[in-house]
Amino acid sequence: MSGCSDCASCSVAGVVELPSTPATRTVAVIGPPNSGKTTLFNRLTGLRQKVANFPGVTVEQHTGAAELPDGRSVQLIDLPGVYSLSPRSEDEQIAHDVLTGQRADTPKPEAVLLVLDATNLARHLMLAAPILALGMPTLVVLNMADDLRNRGGRVDLKKLSAELGAPVALVSARQGDGIERVFEFLAGAMPKPAPKELPILQDVPKCRQWAGRVGLQAAYHAPIPPRWTRRLDAVFLHPVAGPLIFLAVVIVIFQSIFSLGDPSKKAVDWLIQHSGNWIASALPASLFRSLLIDGVWKGVGSVVAFLPQVLLLFLFIGILEDSGYLARAALIADRTMAKVGLQGKSFIPLLSAYACAVPAIMSTRTIENKRDRIATILIAPFMTCSARLPVYTLVIAAFITKRRLIGWLLSTQAAAMLGLYLLGFLAAVVTARVLKSSILKSGRTPFLLEMPSYRWPTVQSLGLRLLDRSKVFLRRAGTIILLVTVALWVMTVLPFENGKPVDIEHSLAGTVGHTIEPVIRPLGFNWKIGVGLITAVAARETIVATLGTIYAMDPKSQAQELESALHHDLSPGGAVALLVFFAFAMQCISTIAVVRRETGGWKWPAAQFAYMTVLAYAGAAIAAHVIR
Amino acid sequence: MGSKKRRKKPPALDKDFGQAHTEIKMQLSGNYGQPEVYSATLVDLRRGDAAVLDGIDLPGEDARRLMELGFLPGARVTAGRSAPGGDPRVFQVDGSEIALRRETARRLKVRLSKTPRGK
Repeated sequence: MSGCSDCASCSVAGVVELPSTPATRTVAVIGPPNSGKTTLFNRLTGLRQKVANFPGVTVEQHTGAAELPDGRSVQLIDLPGVYSLSPRSEDEQIAHDVLTGQRADTPKPEAVLLVLDATNLARHLMLAAPILALGMPTLVVLNMADDLRNRGGRVDLKKLSAELGAPVALVSARQGDGIERVFEFLAGAMPKPAPKELPILQDVPKCRQWAGRVGLQAAYHAPIPPRWTRRLDAVFLHPVAGPLIFLAVVIVIFQSIFSLGDPSKKAVDWLIQHSGNWIASALPASLFRSLLIDGVWKGVGSVVAFLPQVLLLFLFIGILEDSGYLARAALIADRTMAKVGLQGKSFIPLLSAYACAVPAIMSTRTIENKRDRIATILIAPFMTCSARLPVYTLVIAAFITKRRLIGWLLSTQAAAMLGLYLLGFLAAVVTARVLKSSILKSGRTPFLLEMPSYRWPTVQSLGLRLLDRSKVFLRRAGTIILLVTVALWVMTVLPFENGKPVDIEHSLAGTVGHTIEPVIRPLGFNWKIGVGLITAVAARETIVATLGTIYAMDPKSQAQELESALHHDLSPGGAVALLVFFAFAMQCISTIAVVRRETGGWKWPAAQFAYMTVLAYAGAAIAAHVIR
Repeated sequence: MGSKKRRKKPPALDKDFGQAHTEIKMQLSGNYGQPEVYSATLVDLRRGDAAVLDGIDLPGEDARRLMELGFLPGARVTAGRSAPGGDPRVFQVDGSEIALRRETARRLKVRLSKTPRGK
């Protein structure tokens, strides 16, 4: 038993041999925010992870299998980072319910890995009190052993173990030092904690006193403050250099999403187009081929094409968050965001929404305040996402002749594009103000932001993040979006006449277009645009493909380019109305789906869709009326 | 609760300078060696100033949140760097660095028992 002296479990009274085999064991991982809990979870489970939402709530559930040296595996649940177990926030409620076995969807864990930051042990030990009070087998994992050592801190593990009545392991999850102790605990007989005198859990000062006393008994010597963090903060939070660096970071992210993301999106697009054509050439002309190529391949492909941009964005967010800069960025942005009633943490999601609202809405997870988070989710789709660009480009090119406005700096077309960006931004700001001063008023909830020490992001953690996000993104493309595109395809080929599909004007989609024509007539749109609007509900840029198909099938416009066909078919007022409509409308099934997922129900996405559609309709109607 | 100062127009920074200076003067002007205690709030601290937390004038839930982060009565709080314009400001407390907005920092009462410029 070599592990005895290391993990100090032998000094603990009341070792209980658990009858179950480790193969069926479920162990929860819990710890305060910034304790490196997720790093440890990643270290233990590697690629064997699953992400899902706890049903009905916005909290993400990470589970994974830790493979033991002897080949068996243990199921790990990564619980949200919490400071206490008193169920007040949604995160704490979930942690509490899972640990006490009150959630039907999650098996009650047999044991707990309590992850604490060894460099800030006295405060983090406060969470040990409610965890040990549960009476479950617990391993106290003191993480960041490397930082503790480098900064001259010390702790006596044996004494700490004796004080807590539970085994203790000192590890560095980032570097893997001491991880074998955790595996030994998971593989061995997990001892129940020895009964110790614990403080009253509701009394925070008493808990802190208790934690301080335990630290003192364990000869805990706090490390000196992180010198590099202080030095870097002198630059990043400098009154002049700080905002400049912040601005530079923002520009680099924004620019690379366009300059790197766009070619890679085009490359994926090209790949999908050509592989589609290649498959098409290998299949006999049939309805099945049309379904496979026009419906499934190109429909789903048009969404998958956004994957490079999504991943690029999450790479940036990952680097910013793991390095600790994100908290500083939020600090710098807070005052500006406070003017529209939001807070610093809303800034990065809103910036991301310029690329795509889907990852932006997923990245609102960093906002703990629920009302601020929902407000951010609700305004994010107003930001001009990259899916609007093909539509804007087409309409602007068709209607606005290119002329110079300010020398070579600004042309009329670029000015129009800029105006549309501004329009979306203004809609977001006004909506945020209205929401934050009415239904989503945060009241007095104080804004608290912990500044973690700066750390190098690890390749493993960044890689796992990207993998997670790709899985979530592709799963959606493979389910909801697939369903919608197939449904749209069916509408364009039905009904059959003499065993053949009718032309698009008389198809179900065409009929629907004609049916809604009276409604969209005030906006200056005809039935063709109507069909485009319907298909654009799946994804904005679909309208370009749809219009391409319709004009190509119409004998009158068959010979023309898409731009000139559109120019002849739409009045200038209608064109402006179309642009305004796209600036405001929530035409994106992925966004609707992700809002539903993140808010845990249909209430918010439904309200958001209704609001944005009404705004889009009203805006377009006004535009069509003013410009004739 | 009702102590909202309707003086939003003059820059808040100037107001702080004024208060902090007054306090330094008071301390310098007498009471040699005697630990003089002044009550103030976290907003009154300038970068590098340390003080002992006295109480939190916030509803139970919010106070608890702050206490869990280390803002406990008796804890030593040091003011750190801030966002441009001085709001929010980072405070060092109980081994961590926590940023608070001015509106929150104002509710945290402190005792200034040492030279405000001291380490």
